[in-house]
Amino acid sequence: MPSPVDEREVSDAVAGAEGPLRIVGGGTRPVGRPVAGKVLSAKGLSGIELYEPGALTIVAKAGTPLAEIEAALASANQRLPFEPSDMRRLLGRSGEPTIGGVVAANASGPRRIQAGACRDSLIGVRFVDGRGTVLKNGGRVMKNVTGYDLVKLMAGSYGTLGVLTEVAFKVLPGVEAQACVMIHGLSDVAAVAAMSKAFGSPFEVSGAAHSPAGEAGQSVTKLRLEGFADSVAYRAGKLRELLAGIGEITIEDDPDRVKAMWRDLRDVAPFHRREGDVWRISVKPSDGPAIAARAGGEALYDWGGGLVWVLVPAGTDLRARLGAFAGHATLIRASEETRGRMSVFHPEPAPVAALSEGLRRQFDPKGILNPGVMG
Amino acid sequence: MQMPEPNSGVLSNKARIVARLRGVLAKDAVIDAPEETRAYECDALTAYRCPPLAAVLPASTEEVAAVLKICHEEGVPVVPRGAGTSLAGGALPTADSVILGVARMTEVLDTDYANRVIRVQTGRTNLSVTGAVEEEDFFYAPDPSSQLACAIAGNIAMNSGGAHCLKYGVTTNNLLGVTMVLMDGTVVELGGAHLDNAGYDLLGLVCGSEGQLGVVTEATLRILRKPEGARPVLIGYDSNEVAGQCVSDIIKAGVLPVAIEFMDRPCIRATEAFAHAGYPDCEALLIVEVEGSESEIDAQLGVITQIARKHDPVELRESRSAEESAKIWLGRKSAFGAMGQINDYMCLDGTIPVSELPYVLRRIGEMSKDYGLGVGNVFHAGDGNMHPLILFDANKSGDLEKCEAFGADILKLCVEVGGCLTGEHGVGIEKRDLMGTQFSDADMAAQMRVKDVFDPEWLLNPAKVFPLSASQAHRDAERDVAA
Ligand SMILES: Cc1cc2nc3c(=O)[nH]c(=O)nc-3n(C[C@H](O)[C@H](O)[C@H](O)COP(=O)(O)OP(=O)(O)OC[C@H]3O[C@@H](n4cnc5c(N)ncnc54)[C@H](O)[C@@H]3O)c2cc1C
Repeated sequence: MPSPVDEREVSDAVAGAEGPLRIVGGGTRPVGRPVAGKVLSAKGLSGIELYEPGALTIVAKAGTPLAEIEAALASANQRLPFEPSDMRRLLGRSGEPTIGGVVAANASGPRRIQAGACRDSLIGVRFVDGRGTVLKNGGRVMKNVTGYDLVKLMAGSYGTLGVLTEVAFKVLPGVEAQACVMIHGLSDVAAVAAMSKAFGSPFEVSGAAHSPAGEAGQSVTKLRLEGFADSVAYRAGKLRELLAGIGEITIEDDPDRVKAMWRDLRDVAPFHRREGDVWRISVKPSDGPAIAARAGGEALYDWGGGLVWVLVPAGTDLRARLGAFAGHATLIRASEETRGRMSVFHPEPAPVAALSEGLRRQFDPKGILNPGVMG
Repeated sequence: MQMPEPNSGVLSNKARIVARLRGVLAKDAVIDAPEETRAYECDALTAYRCPPLAAVLPASTEEVAAVLKICHEEGVPVVPRGAGTSLAGGALPTADSVILGVARMTEVLDTDYANRVIRVQTGRTNLSVTGAVEEEDFFYAPDPSSQLACAIAGNIAMNSGGAHCLKYGVTTNNLLGVTMVLMDGTVVELGGAHLDNAGYDLLGLVCGSEGQLGVVTEATLRILRKPEGARPVLIGYDSNEVAGQCVSDIIKAGVLPVAIEFMDRPCIRATEAFAHAGYPDCEALLIVEVEGSESEIDAQLGVITQIARKHDPVELRESRSAEESAKIWLGRKSAFGAMGQINDYMCLDGTIPVSELPYVLRRIGEMSKDYGLGVGNVFHAGDGNMHPLILFDANKSGDLEKCEAFGADILKLCVEVGGCLTGEHGVGIEKRDLMGTQFSDADMAAQMRVKDVFDPEWLLNPAKVFPLSASQAHRDAERDVAA
């Protein structure tokens, strides 16, 4: 297994490849259609290359463990804005998630709704395309419109356009305090309406999730507030006033409990070690409940209703049941057999699919980078 | 500025091309009389002008598609145009091109407060998007200084920024979807009111592609609820180093202001003479603005002023009222106008890592002496996006050339210290020939391959972004491979 330790070696490995390559970081996200091919690991490319807290920027090699990046940021009380999830327990994997893998999957957690996705914080990439050419785009500054934005293109391209070797991010200050305003017993429709109302307020909600199964037989809707302690307390009080009358409201302000709560939401904990396939559906928030109803199975809402996780019986193509809708559904957890048989990513309309295919051919003319992983 | 030879075939077919365009558009939507096409001969980079073959002003996505289909069949280059406020020559025509202006497409198509999105036609101006949602206390965050005039179309094409992007991001972070017409007339929908994409992030690729991949006709934009309030503090220092250190310390303290603006002495003096905002006469001036409720603002300004005091400011003025806020912002907002009073100016837009600020300002000062041209600096300090304004006299022969050479040296310096050529204005024709200082040939080729996919004949917005020699070589090579 080629395990290059620098960009040059990645380039050699790709240029010299005689067949398909399966590109892996930490190997913690077996997402997409299973790929046959020789494994090319980015793990050897490791280390933080530059971290300037005063400039809110960090640059690291793609194989750097996510944990190392988060620890470095935490030491200066900063963090990645997009709250990348840890899918290991959901997907039943061990291994060490890498920052390159996070970018390749554009993995973004609950704070995505307020602070943007991974792609919004990503400000620079270096990568090796399917010809073996070393390329860069973007850089280490947060405002940069020089040339086309291939940074966005690389985020979420699952290693099909290039092997990432280095990534740069804009980061944000960490927070002094956090609290969670919880509303108990709402229907899905009422919960989405409440979350919309909260987002439509000036109180800077940084996460909004709804669990129909909830706790003790009652649904729970959670609104997260973060910031300086006084400000969090003030806004929690304001939200309670704003939402008064729709259901029982409690406020959790123990920092460890709030953190654990949102880590569980981020990592889709309610579906851990449960039978069935897991789908991730992105829709306009107000469409969330109807889509969840069409999907059947068990649902969890994040992003104010705009992200619906569903747990359904294994092996069926959910999209047949969903029909046409504005948004997309991705199969996140299923057996290899299921993922080999149906398209894991939502099919694109013909003219868009043609553009995607054109890009794939330009960046990987030999078709060797994770071929077929995106369907 | 070198521009490609106009296609003589297209020039000689003008009558037929115009007649075909008239066949698909309203009568007054096709402009081809030389005295009228003049209105489209340049954008806000007025040093370069060239009247187009014709200009068209379609009213819908369907009409845009019909126009592009005809131009595609006729092999006519098309230059998309919003409001023509580009400072990079992004909307500069070639003599054989049709200007496709979206100025008549200004409708709000859908306002959805529950989902916090608005759908508009892209000819709508930036400020009037906020205008459409203001009564519900919502706003559209990206706020370029040109927001009264510039169109969402141009904002998307240039990925425009604004003073408040430290907190809210730039256009690409607030754009959720577009309807776009490809050069051959195909209409594609990218994104929508939901987040992220099923496959590749084509929306992210299109934003900032300077009108070279498609014509954007409709857009879904994120709207946000206005904060309860906002207030700035003005801080003056006797050295750029200290001001730079103060910015870095504020950020490290965990405060995220919505804006951190920086002005240097030449700029402070010019604005003071012009706007009388009561700014102190010092080396460096910071305006830091925070948002929230009254008590939240007080708390944040408390942290900021405490840091600022540690650095021994010559002036520290915390706003206590709307009037005081307006006065603090007055000078900053009139900076460009004030500089324009002194002389003609060229506005640059490079970005640098904020840690390099003192060094870069010192080097710019030295270069200013060498070139014998004055320069003032006003910029977004939180994100390192500089706007050096070089003063010159357009009536003095050789001054423009000297100014351009000075500008090029500053941009090269930005790249050298780890930054980039343009933070928000785009490459256009202005920085086209400097692309090689930031990108290798391979880096540029990778971008040009994207162009090959979206617009294989390279008819959309020709001669921008890539050096002409590079794009020619690339296309010749692709042709050889194909043959
Ligand atoms: C005084 C002044 C202040 C400014 N301040 C700022 C600032 O603070 N921040 C900032 O970022 N910019 C600023 N600008 C620059 C400029 O306003 C922006 O680049 C703006 O987004 C251009 O919009 P426009 O509608 O005028 O576009 P145009 O100038 O008409 O065109 C700009 C580019 O967009 C392309 N384009 C236009 N319409 C379309 C379409 N429908 N589809 C595809 N491509 C299209 C054009 O081909 C061209 O390449 C300023 C300009 C001025 C004159």
